[in-house]
Amino acid sequence: MSLIKQTGGYIPRDRDWQPDALTPPYKTSIKRSPQAALLSFPTTLSEETSPVFGHNLIGDLDNDLILNYAKPGESAIGPRIIVHGRVLDETGRGVPGALLEFWQANAGGRYRHKKESYLAPLDPNFGGCGRTITAADGSYELRTIQPGPYPWPNGMNDWRPAHIHFSIFGHGFAQRLITQMYFEGDPHIKLCPIVGALKSAEAVDALTAPLDMHRTVPMDSRAFKFDIVLRGQRQTYFENRKEGL
Amino acid sequence: MVQPLNYLKESPSQTAGPYVHIGCTPNFTGIDLYGGDLGATMKAGPVRGTEITIKGVVYDGTGTPLRDAMIEIWQPDAAGLFASANETRGTVDPNFTGWGRSAGDMETGEFTFETVKPGGVPFPDGRMQAPHITVWIVARGINIGLHTRIYFEDEADANALDPILTRIEHQNRLPTLLAKRVGNGEYRFDINLQGPDETIFFDI
Repeated sequence: MSLIKQTGGYIPRDRDWQPDALTPPYKTSIKRSPQAALLSFPTTLSEETSPVFGHNLIGDLDNDLILNYAKPGESAIGPRIIVHGRVLDETGRGVPGALLEFWQANAGGRYRHKKESYLAPLDPNFGGCGRTITAADGSYELRTIQPGPYPWPNGMNDWRPAHIHFSIFGHGFAQRLITQMYFEGDPHIKLCPIVGALKSAEAVDALTAPLDMHRTVPMDSRAFKFDIVLRGQRQTYFENRKEGL
Repeated sequence: MVQPLNYLKESPSQTAGPYVHIGCTPNFTGIDLYGGDLGATMKAGPVRGTEITIKGVVYDGTGTPLRDAMIEIWQPDAAGLFASANETRGTVDPNFTGWGRSAGDMETGEFTFETVKPGGVPFPDGRMQAPHITVWIVARGINIGLHTRIYFEDEADANALDPILTRIEHQNRLPTLLAKRVGNGEYRFDINLQGPDETIFFDI
């Protein structure tokens, strides 16, 4: 039982920490970045509420990218990995019931998309997307193959570091977030103009998943840990709660 | 020295990239999973209130439509109630989800939402806000998702009293937040990322 009440107002987003809209080395941002100042105001019910995604939404293989697109008896090709972590808010509380959606290239660095033109081949057993919902403590896990780096049209010779995209739905629309997970030790991280939109080495570290030998499954899969932090809500003590807690 | 506050930093945002549809609307891209895409419909049956359709396009600073964006909307039902776990003011229309997600048309980028005209929702100080829909836009080239709101051109009285609309310094930009009525129950809401008609985006 807690005497702390979450009042509903979200802590302002730290715009000095989050990337700017305009980051010219990432060329597409130049014509897609708003130029006027954002209109700031405290969150209202419209931002403090969010749709509910029930655990019954999720199929058994939804968080298993090795199998969820594979033919029966077959599996995706590439280094088998587990990605696990917790979704927390800024106050350190686990966020239960958060919907996580993830997508990635295959082991050769190729996405399953009609607009994708990289010469690396598709893997017929790999779709490249999955989803899950966090448990009561905010924890989650997925199984996949480690994606490959790939070239992209920006500079004459830009390559994305290996990464997994994450879309996160918390408890308020104000928390809505999309980000990318990178892998410890990838030499492309410091070369990438998209990573370069981040403002500090600390921010890059916050998106870089370490190898986690404790969660590695011997003779099966390596593991990487990736915690995600969503915006938190202001709290006050000793308020009466309608639920009578 | 003082004690550390020990708050965590929000995870930094990164662009959704050109293939956000693989992850969030896989069936739209031809990856048949999950039995359908989330947010494809906002109605599970007959809904209360006025049914409306909102269409629009997201344009970049050159006037080119974005064809790789994902647009999400979130709104209350016709009575102003949200289909949210923390809605305590009443019982929401059971057939209305309040949440829609669109990948836009593969060729034109046009998004379409079949929804209902939202009811009013109070501001934290108790004043009523004008009917509005929360919008969130992500795409390649957008480093952090953009929030804006759809208000309605034909709600002039409510708009004139809205705590946020009345606080906008440059009132000549306010029309960028107004959905235009283009037919019976049909509204147009185009979004401009830059330029003289740049949409007002929110830091909320």
